[in-house]
Amino acid sequence: MAKPSGTRSVKVYLGMLFLLGIAPLLFQWTNQPFLLDLLSRGLIIGIAALSLNLILGYGGMISLGHVAYLGIGAYCVGIPAYYDIYDGWIHLSLAVVTCALFALITGAVSLRTKGVYFIMITMAFSQMIYFIFLSLEEYGADDGLVIYARSEFPVWINMEGAISMYYWIFGLLILTLFFIHRLVRSRFGRVIIGSKYNDLRMQSLGFNTYGYRLTCYVISAVICGLAGVLLGNFTSFISPEMMSWTRSGELIFMVIIGGTGSLFGPLFGALSFLFLEEALSLITIYWHLIFGGLLIALVLFGKGGIDAWLSKLDK
Amino acid sequence: MGLECKEGKLTTLLGRNGMGKTTTVKSIIGKVSVTHGEISFRGESIIGMPTYDIIRKGIGLVPEGRHIFPNLSVKENLVATANKNSGLATEWTVDQVVEFFPALGDRLNHMGDQLSGGEQQMLAIGRALMLNPQMLILDEATEGLAPLVRQEIWNRLVEIKQLGITILLIDKNIDEFIDISDFHYIIEKGRQVWAGPSRELVDDSGLKARYLGI
Repeated sequence: MAKPSGTRSVKVYLGMLFLLGIAPLLFQWTNQPFLLDLLSRGLIIGIAALSLNLILGYGGMISLGHVAYLGIGAYCVGIPAYYDIYDGWIHLSLAVVTCALFALITGAVSLRTKGVYFIMITMAFSQMIYFIFLSLEEYGADDGLVIYARSEFPVWINMEGAISMYYWIFGLLILTLFFIHRLVRSRFGRVIIGSKYNDLRMQSLGFNTYGYRLTCYVISAVICGLAGVLLGNFTSFISPEMMSWTRSGELIFMVIIGGTGSLFGPLFGALSFLFLEEALSLITIYWHLIFGGLLIALVLFGKGGIDAWLSKLDK
Repeated sequence: MGLECKEGKLTTLLGRNGMGKTTTVKSIIGKVSVTHGEISFRGESIIGMPTYDIIRKGIGLVPEGRHIFPNLSVKENLVATANKNSGLATEWTVDQVVEFFPALGDRLNHMGDQLSGGEQQMLAIGRALMLNPQMLILDEATEGLAPLVRQEIWNRLVEIKQLGITILLIDKNIDEFIDISDFHYIIEKGRQVWAGPSRELVDDSGLKARYLGI
């Protein structure tokens, strides 16, 4: 768990949230719709990274299948839309219930393992979902599924238009940050954090850590599923490709780059990852090579990630 | 081996290194599976129960090596482990633990790995007290601590005993705690070789030399 934040880093966090809050207006003023699109995508992936950080950073559960929930969330928009069901509340409820159920079943099995076995089993479950959707020809199989209209909500909170969509994403981001902030500071969160350091010790203090870890796993999956709902609406297209295990690997990278076990770190990680990807691809077609090198350097020398650099402001 | 901890008394489990003291503790709290024999707490068999259930029945463990959570602050270490459903009339609070160990008062917001050995030990005992135990097990609680800090721990154990909490103590500094303890068991290679009150142990110097190497 991050040590108590100092005032300078808190100012940076609040400043960043303020900038994110006014970003659509700035991009509209400067006529940069592409940047708004990129930022929207970055924030959605950021929410997914925050949810992964809840189990990975705070709970020490390294899941290589977390992106499956992003895909499930997106399909909870796409499949009802295929049958002309566009009610947003139905999409959201479906995503919450489906992700919670899938996480409960797979988590109940996965959390009986530890370390590399946990990584492998989460990846196996994720691949299972990936191949299930790959075989569903009714819903586009590997061609994917086009979503012709976004989820419908009352007019004052609709998702139509890039700016409305952005504020939906920004709203969920704020809720997620607040929820995780409260959760990790609650007794529940402290048990999860303590269990990461020494699970047996936590059991010796009277906690059924399996139950706590499973609950945390389900909560994390639901948050990621909600990010998936936004992703489906944002891209208006879904395909099994977004559930590939390599995407889960990218999500882990984002969490590590940003700083595991820190509140804002995964968000920094996701934004840096996506913006770097875009910036480098403008320079050369061999950008993967530079990007890979940079990631290796960041992991080797950037101990604690971006959040750790920011916390140096407080010293 | 037979081991009985009488209610409200301080019982010790003595023996040289590797004789099975910590294994006995692990058996009590369900960390080591017991193939035969019986272990009961307040008249109820606890064999085969998961560790967390045994602890919830009212046993607080201060483990060898302390095992403070370094990624939690002192206050979080105490709050996270508190048992608010002990059913006891008066339950331990963070304030009471701080009153009990004033040294922790100024360190509440420090992380677990920023404490001295003595402070960590006080926190480990405080954390066990927050479980509102009816029995406290201390496994090598004063290992590596300075004599003054050890004395502080013994003083606190006397107060804990006065509160009616049963104590099982495993420690090497027998001369320091013999006056505050009531009954002793000596084990060798997993077997009980002697049991008796403090006076008998004091009087028999050969006993200590033979089994404890003192």
